Amino acid sequence: MSIFHDLTVKPWLTAQGTVELRDKAAARKLALKVFLAIVTVLFMLLVIAYARRMAYEDWRPSPQLGLLWANTFALVLSSVALQWALFSARRGQTDGMRVAFLAGGAFTVVFLVGQILAWRQLGTMVYFDVTNPAIAFFYLITGLHGLHLLGGLVAWGRTFAKVWGGSDVAKIRHSVELCTLYWHYLLGVWLVLFGLLFSGNNLDILLKLCGIK
Amino acid sequence: MSYVAHDESAFAPPAEVEEVELYHPKTWVGKYVWSQDAKIIAVQYAMTAMGIGLVALVLSWLMRLQLGYPNSFSFIDPSNYLQFVTMHGMIMVIYLLTALFLGGFGNYLIPLMVGARDMVFPYVNMVSYWVYLFAVLLLVASFFVTGGPTGAGWTLYPPQAIAQGTPGATWGIILMLVSLAFFIIGFTMGGLNYVVTVLQARTRGMTMMRLPLTVWGIFMATVLALLAFPALFVSAIMMILDLTLGTSFFMPALVSMGQQSGHSGGNPLLFQHLFWFFGHPEVYIVALPAFGIVSDLLSVHARKNIFGYRMMVWAILAIGALSFIVWAHHMYVSGMNPYFGFFFATTTLIIAVPTAIKVYNWVLTLWRGNIHLTVPMLFAIGFIFTFINGGLTGLFLGNATVSVPLSDTMFVVAHFHMVMAIAPIMVVFGAIYHWYPKITGRMLNDTLGKFHFWVTFVGSYCIYYPMHYLGMMGVPRRYFAIGGTDFIPASAHFVNEWITIAALVVGVVQLVFLYNLISSYFKGKPSGSNPWNATTLEWQTPDTPPKHGNFGATLPVVYRWAYDYSVPGAVEDFIPQNVPPREVAGRNSSKT
Repeated sequence: MSIFHDLTVKPWLTAQGTVELRDKAAARKLALKVFLAIVTVLFMLLVIAYARRMAYEDWRPSPQLGLLWANTFALVLSSVALQWALFSARRGQTDGMRVAFLAGGAFTVVFLVGQILAWRQLGTMVYFDVTNPAIAFFYLITGLHGLHLLGGLVAWGRTFAKVWGGSDVAKIRHSVELCTLYWHYLLGVWLVLFGLLFSGNNLDILLKLCGIK
Repeated sequence: MSYVAHDESAFAPPAEVEEVELYHPKTWVGKYVWSQDAKIIAVQYAMTAMGIGLVALVLSWLMRLQLGYPNSFSFIDPSNYLQFVTMHGMIMVIYLLTALFLGGFGNYLIPLMVGARDMVFPYVNMVSYWVYLFAVLLLVASFFVTGGPTGAGWTLYPPQAIAQGTPGATWGIILMLVSLAFFIIGFTMGGLNYVVTVLQARTRGMTMMRLPLTVWGIFMATVLALLAFPALFVSAIMMILDLTLGTSFFMPALVSMGQQSGHSGGNPLLFQHLFWFFGHPEVYIVALPAFGIVSDLLSVHARKNIFGYRMMVWAILAIGALSFIVWAHHMYVSGMNPYFGFFFATTTLIIAVPTAIKVYNWVLTLWRGNIHLTVPMLFAIGFIFTFINGGLTGLFLGNATVSVPLSDTMFVVAHFHMVMAIAPIMVVFGAIYHWYPKITGRMLNDTLGKFHFWVTFVGSYCIYYPMHYLGMMGVPRRYFAIGGTDFIPASAHFVNEWITIAALVVGVVQLVFLYNLISSYFKGKPSGSNPWNATTLEWQTPDTPPKHGNFGATLPVVYRWAYDYSVPGAVEDFIPQNVPPREVAGRNSSKT
């Protein structure tokens, strides 16, 4: 039933008791979606704060780190691997699913290690100045994104235990599905953040369109 | 209207999914301390919130003592005063009202009212409470660290909040920010539960439009909180980084006490935007549960269906959506573009439309109702008066041109206390008197309750009505002493004394309420399962107080909305939501 229909029924008039029945799996998926909505707001606010700060005259963009390209590639691979795991789970190919799921986690670890290396690289550069908002935002934004992935790895670890512990196939498929959704989402967030952090001073038109500059 | 369909599947479809197994604790500690039962968690939340609320009440007394009798108390100096102001505000708004409405009433009422055995994720729900308690303890710890708690005002504006010279600028502010971050993490865990439980765990027949308005109010407030708290979360983290690592998110280059600070290039206005992007929805996070609960109190105690149920739901949704685009009306004096101010003044005034719809509907619910002046009803009516008063001064402050001269005066303090302190707390009291019998199985003492109501209600008006006049005279807020300021007449001091006495009296009367809560638990009159003859599911449980799992062997099936009061032709003046149509037909002569 559409939301509009739901909200316009007259509960005092007629028999309107149809409720779509749901199970625990649906509840988990909904909880994840609500959580992703919260994460969206969090990163949206950071992006807006960053963009507003960019619009000031004294904006000094942070240096562009080549390593971030490699990290991004690793994160894309982790997302692809998890999607592959999900396909395999749906087809009932347990072995393929295990390998792909493991690869998804491994690529994520590579990404996170890469991010820490990027942090250290930036920290040793001559451009490094903690009072420069661009630098501070770089650490804040990448840090928060990394923390979300770390949290994801906890869920990934629990699912991994299920995959290896030989749990019920339907349960495993469900957990893999949730992990995949979360990873795709964080990849999407990262691509936006990556674009923003790499834009230097080149977002003038976009800032003007948004009325920020 | 008549119920002709005797096929009950038309009202509530048969179950298709098996029930989820509940977690059953084996020890006393598992049952009452590390409890995963939403009802116990609700009581834990409520007791913690009221405990810390009492601290904030004492802080308000200390503030009032200084304002009413300046220079009479050696233990209140200007720094202390600012710390009292800050901690009173923050505790009352976040740690008392938000926690009590959502963590307390949300946990208790959502599963019972939607017909669920518990929250969908009981373990996460339990962790939510303990994280909240940790946040409260961090906040309390700030009273005992070097320099004491922060005195930056509850809005915590930088650069002042972390600049040297502000009380608590070393440890106090860090503890405050870390505590807020933990509060938000804990709340998010609880909030996910409330939203998913309402959307996914309703019993058969309980459509969204059959939900009691209490659930709608708490549900929407939770959605707002989940989407608004991230703004406070990021600003807290950014401020901690400014303070500890020397970043410059908010801190501009400053010369403080002749010394150049290490910061440069930060934007203090960014904090204000982030803070109020959270801060304004926060008003509705507190108000929407109050709106919902008061609707149910009025309907039950006036024995009448709520007027305009759908309109009430839509108004809750509209207020929720609009509350995200009004935040800058808290920043009219920040030097904003006048067009910007015009936009925010307009959106602010538009919110008055759905809010007024709700007020009219409450009044129309009372109109020709069979009004029982029980204690919950008295508090509900007290809420309507107070909310209208606070809302009307909101129209003044929502207009940029009127608001600018009133900014930072006692008028603002009077306004927001009326609208989001006294009004919601009236509902909190009303709700406690209403649901206490379900929580404990005993009634609260009626005489003490009425005494509590009248002194609190009249006393609050003695405090806040004169305060509007102080504000219009130009008496500023957050000032330790106004001294010999020329434009403030001597009579303002008399008014301040009067307000202080009233505040002390209202505060002391809350002890009567506490005494009532405790003594009735042991000696109160047994309530039975449904003392108010209410229709909603929490009153239909086989046990009072409800046991673990809420509804005994089988979950209730819902056949009707929550407001079948005084239905023409029915034998009794209420029909519970889980009474099937054939039983109603059996009870009645011809039709219902």
